[in-house]
Amino acid sequence: MRKTGSSEKWTSHVGVILAVAGSAVGLGNFLRFPGLAAQYGGGAFMIAYFISLLILGMPICWAEWTMGRYGGQNGFNSSPGIFQFITGRAGGRYLGVMSILIPVIIYMYYVYIEAWCLGYAVNFMIGDLDFPTKNVDAYSSFWAGFVGAGEDGSAVGFKYNQVGFYLIIVFILNFFIIYRGIARGIEFFCKYAMPALIVLGIIVLVRVLTLDSPIPDKPEQNIVNGLGYMWNPRDLSEQLLNPQLWLAASGQIFFSLSVGFGVIITYSSYLSNKDDIVLSSLSASSANEFCEVALGGMIIVPAAFMFLGQVGVKDQGTFDLGFKVLPLVFSKMPLGGLFGFIFFFLLFLAAMTSSLSMLQPGIAFFEEGLGLRRRQSVTLLGMITALGCMFIVYFSKDVKALDTVDFWIGTFMIFVLALIQTILFGWVLGVRKGWEEVHRGAAFRIPDFVKFVVKYISPLYLLGIFSLWVLFELFGWRPDTGEFIVTGYVADLLGSKDQAPNIVARMSVGMIVVVAVFLGMMISLAGKRWVNDGRNRRKEVSR
Amino acid sequence: MTVGGWITMLLSVGFVTGFFAWCVYKVLVIKRPSEDFHGMDIDTRDTDSDD
Repeated sequence: MRKTGSSEKWTSHVGVILAVAGSAVGLGNFLRFPGLAAQYGGGAFMIAYFISLLILGMPICWAEWTMGRYGGQNGFNSSPGIFQFITGRAGGRYLGVMSILIPVIIYMYYVYIEAWCLGYAVNFMIGDLDFPTKNVDAYSSFWAGFVGAGEDGSAVGFKYNQVGFYLIIVFILNFFIIYRGIARGIEFFCKYAMPALIVLGIIVLVRVLTLDSPIPDKPEQNIVNGLGYMWNPRDLSEQLLNPQLWLAASGQIFFSLSVGFGVIITYSSYLSNKDDIVLSSLSASSANEFCEVALGGMIIVPAAFMFLGQVGVKDQGTFDLGFKVLPLVFSKMPLGGLFGFIFFFLLFLAAMTSSLSMLQPGIAFFEEGLGLRRRQSVTLLGMITALGCMFIVYFSKDVKALDTVDFWIGTFMIFVLALIQTILFGWVLGVRKGWEEVHRGAAFRIPDFVKFVVKYISPLYLLGIFSLWVLFELFGWRPDTGEFIVTGYVADLLGSKDQAPNIVARMSVGMIVVVAVFLGMMISLAGKRWVNDGRNRRKEVSR
Repeated sequence: MTVGGWITMLLSVGFVTGFFAWCVYKVLVIKRPSEDFHGMDIDTRDTDSDD
């Protein structure tokens, strides 16, 4: 068979590692992880976290890298093409709807949050976040005004303290970089952004660790107690028996490593069969873990504890911690404007390297499946994501549209895609074949027992976690009482005895369905092209 | 901060830092022949003559 894939390639081993690490390192590393670890009692959470890394995160990572490179070496860079090739069936290509839908839809709201980060960095730099009243209400009010949380349509403004201006900048920047391609765009940007992100993280870490006891009349709010609040094990045995702890830890590993997003499979399809994907995946994952545990785990919660005490940190959600509590913390810190700017610019870089990765699966598909040129594919994807983004930004009241889309795509759909990919690797491609592929070009071997893990343990563990998630988050199961109480996301769509359906939530899900149907139709067209080109049969390129 | 807290923090942070350092070391010292074959092999497709 003629090899007809894209001629784009990564230009260096370090480049692809930094790009995948950049995709994985995002806001969740710095804002979500510390909150969860502190909430579930440090030690217990970390035990579940590392077990999940070993039996869920790494095996699925290897599976995605392997399937991506295998598809790329056989002429496919898009998930529909790769899935069709691996399954050997025309219908297999439709599994690829999810792996384009997920990154495209996530991009629509992620770029909005990315604009918050850039906006906060700029506002810290110009001193606009140094309010005379140092309390969380002032910062909550700024956030609500900045993102338009008070009223639909109020986020669409272009002053320096409104999100619209920053949104346009980051949107154009993302598409400019993606237009330049894999090597001159994504790889070039990540080669500078990732080391810069780590250096900025270390600067903020040193600042936090050297604060000692910043409020003179509250000496107990010191760095050691702040670290203790984050890491002290609490009720170790009791917490380890708590299913929600395992759900939180494995969910964090899962989302943090970017598995099930459809991104790694696309990125790795540009690798050659001489590239070492065992080491590359380990390196990208290790960079992600370093940013999450060694930087995220040491900065955010201890800093917040030192300035606000336990009350200010307890049970804070990701947005509350990141955009209400932390700005207050920085404003109270010596040289807070500078460190606030550094921290939010760090978050902006982390978000930017992630959002870039969300565009490439769509670009790869439009070029490969529809035969579009780079300019056309970038324009088409730009139009789709701009429309979706405008919808999410307009319906900004209580960030309802963002929250709904994040739940159904950024959580639910990712579980489904990861499960499909795990089954494809372990049971369709086959572990024997997969093992041969993963070790092509590898400097060292993965222990053989991982074959058993990836075939049996990972899918079962993932299925178990997903079932728990459905029980808790969709059916609203309360283990202490055994009751089922309709959760907010389901009630938003179907209504409940206490609540009418929410129109914004329904429109948000409707938008997801429209994009999914559109992608399904495009994949159907792509399939016809592949049949005409004789690329619908599973026939490996000889290597 | 309790002894358990110190142990949890040092083990967790130490593990991820060591893991990251080991990977950086391996990436830098292992010679990959494929890097010699790559190069600026880019096709943005806009350079096609019929564009």
